[in-house]
Amino acid sequence: MHEYSIVQALVERVDAEVRARQAIAVHRLSVRIGELSGVEVELLTTAYATFRERTVCEGAELDVRVVPARWECPDCGGAIGRGDLLRCRLCDVPARLAEGDEIMLDRIEMEVP
Amino acid sequence: MCDTCGCGDPEIVPVEIHDKILAGNDRTAAHNREHFRESAVVAVNLMGSPGSGKTAVLEATARRLAGGQRLPPQRGCRVGGPGLGALAGDLATEHDADRLRAAGITAKSITTGSACHLDAEMVHRGLHDFPWRELDYLFIENVGNLVCPAVYYLGQAVNVVALSVTEGEDKPLKYPVMFRKADLVLLTKTDLLPHLPDVRIETIADALARVMPRPAYFPLSARTGEGMERWLEWLEHLRVLQGSIEASALQT
Repeated sequence: MHEYSIVQALVERVDAEVRARQAIAVHRLSVRIGELSGVEVELLTTAYATFRERTVCEGAELDVRVVPARWECPDCGGAIGRGDLLRCRLCDVPARLAEGDEIMLDRIEMEVP
Repeated sequence: MCDTCGCGDPEIVPVEIHDKILAGNDRTAAHNREHFRESAVVAVNLMGSPGSGKTAVLEATARRLAGGQRLPPQRGCRVGGPGLGALAGDLATEHDADRLRAAGITAKSITTGSACHLDAEMVHRGLHDFPWRELDYLFIENVGNLVCPAVYYLGQAVNVVALSVTEGEDKPLKYPVMFRKADLVLLTKTDLLPHLPDVRIETIADALARVMPRPAYFPLSARTGEGMERWLEWLEHLRVLQGSIEASALQT
C-alpha cells in the first residue's frame, strides 16, 4: 500500500507551498494519476481521507483526474491499440508511452490573506 | 486580500504546480545515482514477487563468479573478479542478507517494517556504514512485491524483474506497471518446467511483448545453471556500457 507514502509526499508538498505563500487554508487539490503509474485511485483517496487529518489538507477536497494509458509509435505517431504488441507494425520500432504514467500535483486552491 | 472591493476578506487563489508528487524521492534517487556513477558502481534494482527467486539468483551469481567463471577484473586493486554487494529490502527479517553473506556477497538488510517497497531515502541511508564504493555491482534486492517497488526510482542503472515460471503466464498482463519498467526479465525456476505442462515460455514472452516496449527476457535456473552464462554476460555488458557512458561524460 504505497498510496500512503504518496499521500505523505503530497501533503508535505502542499505544506511547503502553504508556508511559502503564508496561506490560511487549503480548499482543493487537483492531482493527475496515470493508468500505468502504479497508483490505485481508490486506495489513494482512502489514504488521503485518513492521512489528511490534522494536516494543512484537513479541509481540502482531492480532485483526481485519471489519465488512460496511450501508446504510440515514436516515428509515425500511429496509435498502438490496447493490449496489442508494443511495437509499430509499419515502422517496426518499439512503442512509446505518450501518457498514462503521471503521478502529478497540478493545482492547489488556497486561501491567502 | 480581496482586491475586488477592498473588503479585507481572504482570497481563494489557484496555484499551478504541475510537479511530480514524488519529486522529492526522485531528487534523492538522482543523488544516489550520482554517487554510483562517481564510483563506477553498477546499481541493479532487482524486483519480483515474494519467492520469485531473487535471492537465489544472486546466490548463484556469486557462486559462478567464485567458481572460476569470473568476469575480468576492472578495478586496479582487485584480483579475482568483480565485487558484489547487495542491499536487501525485507519487511521484518535478516534472512535474505544472511543468505547473501553466506554466498560471499557483501550484504546489508534494509528492514522496511510495514513499507511494501524501498524508496530512494531508504537506499541512501542503507549506503551509510556499507562499503559500497568498493563494489562493481550493487544489487538492490527490493521487497517482494509486483506492484509498489515499480513506483519508486532509487538511482539504479537498470531494473531487473525475476518472474518464476510457477507464478503463471499472465503475470505480465496483470502487473503491467512492473514489467513496463523492467530492462530485463529473468524467467526463473525453469528447472520446474517439466512439472508444469501447461506453462509455455512462448506464452509468457507474448505477454511481455504487450507490456514492455523493448521486451528482454531469458529463462534461468539458479539450480541447474541454465541461463547463468547469459546473465553474467548481460551484467558484464552493463558494466562496460556504464564505463563508456562515464568516459564519454568525462570527455564532454
